[in-house]
Amino acid sequence: MSNTHALSYWKANLRIVGTLLCIWFFISFGCGILLADYLDNFRIGGFKLGFWMAQQGSIYGFVVLIFVYIRQMDKLDRQYKLDQEQHAKAEAERAQEPRS
Amino acid sequence: MSVQIWTYLFIFLSFGLYIVIALWSKAGSTHDFYVAGGDVKPVVNGMATAADWMSAASFISMAGLISFLGRDGTYYLMGWTGGYVLLALLLAPYLRKFGKFTVPAFIGDRYYSQSARLAAVFCAIVVSFVYVCGQMQGAGIVFSRFLEVDITTGVIIGMAIVFFYAVLGGMKGITYTQVAQYCVLIFAYMVPAIFISLMMTGNPIPQLGFGSELTPEYGGGYLLDRLDGLSETLGFGTYTTGQKSTQDVFFITAALMFGTAGLPHVIIRFFTVPSVRAARISAGYALVFIAVLYTTAPAIAAFSKTNLMNTVNNAEYSAMPGWFTTWERTGLITFNDKNNDGRIQYVGDAATNELTVNRDIMVLANPEIAQLPNWVVALVAAGALAAALSTAAGLLLVISTSISHDLMKRSLAPHITEKQELNYARAAIFLAVLVAGYFGIYPPGFVAEVVAFAFGLAAASFFPAIVLGIFYSRMNRQGAVAGMLSGFTFTAAYIIYFKFISPELSTAEHWWFGISPEGIGTMGTLVNLVVALAVCRFTPAPPQEVQEIVHNIRLPGEHV
Repeated sequence: MSNTHALSYWKANLRIVGTLLCIWFFISFGCGILLADYLDNFRIGGFKLGFWMAQQGSIYGFVVLIFVYIRQMDKLDRQYKLDQEQHAKAEAERAQEPRS
Repeated sequence: MSVQIWTYLFIFLSFGLYIVIALWSKAGSTHDFYVAGGDVKPVVNGMATAADWMSAASFISMAGLISFLGRDGTYYLMGWTGGYVLLALLLAPYLRKFGKFTVPAFIGDRYYSQSARLAAVFCAIVVSFVYVCGQMQGAGIVFSRFLEVDITTGVIIGMAIVFFYAVLGGMKGITYTQVAQYCVLIFAYMVPAIFISLMMTGNPIPQLGFGSELTPEYGGGYLLDRLDGLSETLGFGTYTTGQKSTQDVFFITAALMFGTAGLPHVIIRFFTVPSVRAARISAGYALVFIAVLYTTAPAIAAFSKTNLMNTVNNAEYSAMPGWFTTWERTGLITFNDKNNDGRIQYVGDAATNELTVNRDIMVLANPEIAQLPNWVVALVAAGALAAALSTAAGLLLVISTSISHDLMKRSLAPHITEKQELNYARAAIFLAVLVAGYFGIYPPGFVAEVVAFAFGLAAASFFPAIVLGIFYSRMNRQGAVAGMLSGFTFTAAYIIYFKFISPELSTAEHWWFGISPEGIGTMGTLVNLVVALAVCRFTPAPPQEVQEIVHNIRLPGEHV
């Protein structure tokens, strides 16, 4: 793989990670801590919204973020032909070889 | 059947299961011993990571801590889950591509420095050791309370079990026992939670239950509104509003997140999967499995706090149910009838409050308080032991690999054969189990304090060094070492000063920017970053082959 190709893959990777980390910051430190008092003015059922974000919502958000990341990176890997099926196969073969 | 017979039965069955798994998954090579052969399925690794991560503290203490902290308890919840986002996005895939066995190996190779490797060995051992003592102590407490054997016997039984499967199977044995332990601990955590949720709100899902209305027997109305009302009346402050300063909560949350992402026993789990893609996926699964417990904990906190206040406040002491006296005997509940009216006043004002409740009660005694069947009560003991042993095993492995691989093979004795290396690894685990057991039996008073230490130090030393090592190829040895040293020293000094030298000064007006010692790891991380970047600017770039390593770990798949 050429250097420019690798560089543009890395830049695309950084964009994905950067965007997701902004959302990560917003749902945890933003909604769960800094804006929690304001969000408490709204309610969902018995929960005040700020309290719910702090103790429930942010955690669900984290799970979703990681799975979005997995999908986006899969797409990127396919686009740059960095699929790892082959890689995994090579690795498995190496594991079969006797080690010294 | 009595609670005790049920407890014996559950513990016997679960321990038997761990031993069978250990016999079945013996390690034959260092590759098996360090990374379980490197072909663990993502789901399996996710489950093992969850058990590895959720310790005696998560299982026994966290819900109780939250019930006393109210909304501020979020720093445990978000801190200990949000760190997985950092781990998944910034560390796990790249470290997997790097493909070595340990965290010190990465630090040593990436920063082409033997002293950086040894510094990392030192940090990894200190952090893991502090942590493992707490687990042994947790196991001892569970044994002594539920089986009424003394703590020493309890710790020795726990040590024997961990020793057996960790020494025999290394990472391979640990991985598959951790999967079994996850199942045991999550079942033991969820069953009482579901029962209580059903009883109090009629909703079987605790995560929804604590935002629902109470059943008529409990007086109706939203549970959290009731809890807020009760807390305010008794002078504890509103449950669903923060009581601590915003910046302190912010900094503690960040320190726990960075610390989570920097803890070696969690990181090494991602070396066991076959590919970069599998590392990403297994981080996702790990967080799902962890989130099951972490979203249930605040529900248990709210249920048990409401239940406790309803049961005890202004009630007659002589009319207290059986569990009250049982736990009074263990010293976890103490009642002091200050105004001699024979009733319990449980209020926020320290002068008139008559009841002190240890936070661990919230999980340990919760099933009894809610009058659940005996087998549910007994389940909690097996779950707590699973949580303690699974984490202890993961930590012991970090200590052992740091010694046999990084210290012996890579530094002191490079010519040892694989067989000798494996023997060193087993001997190191053996020693570590003994020392951890000793501290479990004779716990030093500072265990609780040093756990905050472990996170702060991991945050201030490993996390920035690894992230910079991946994302900044110009980062060199001088920068990284200076950064780690200054971050570590800064954090350690702040914590030692406020926790050990002048604990009486540990109040918000003396803290820097109102940041408590628990949250100072965040500052330590920043200090590390700033120092590393500054020193790096004035020192030569790393050698070409190291920059090649960095470019290589950024790409998944096989191409060198």
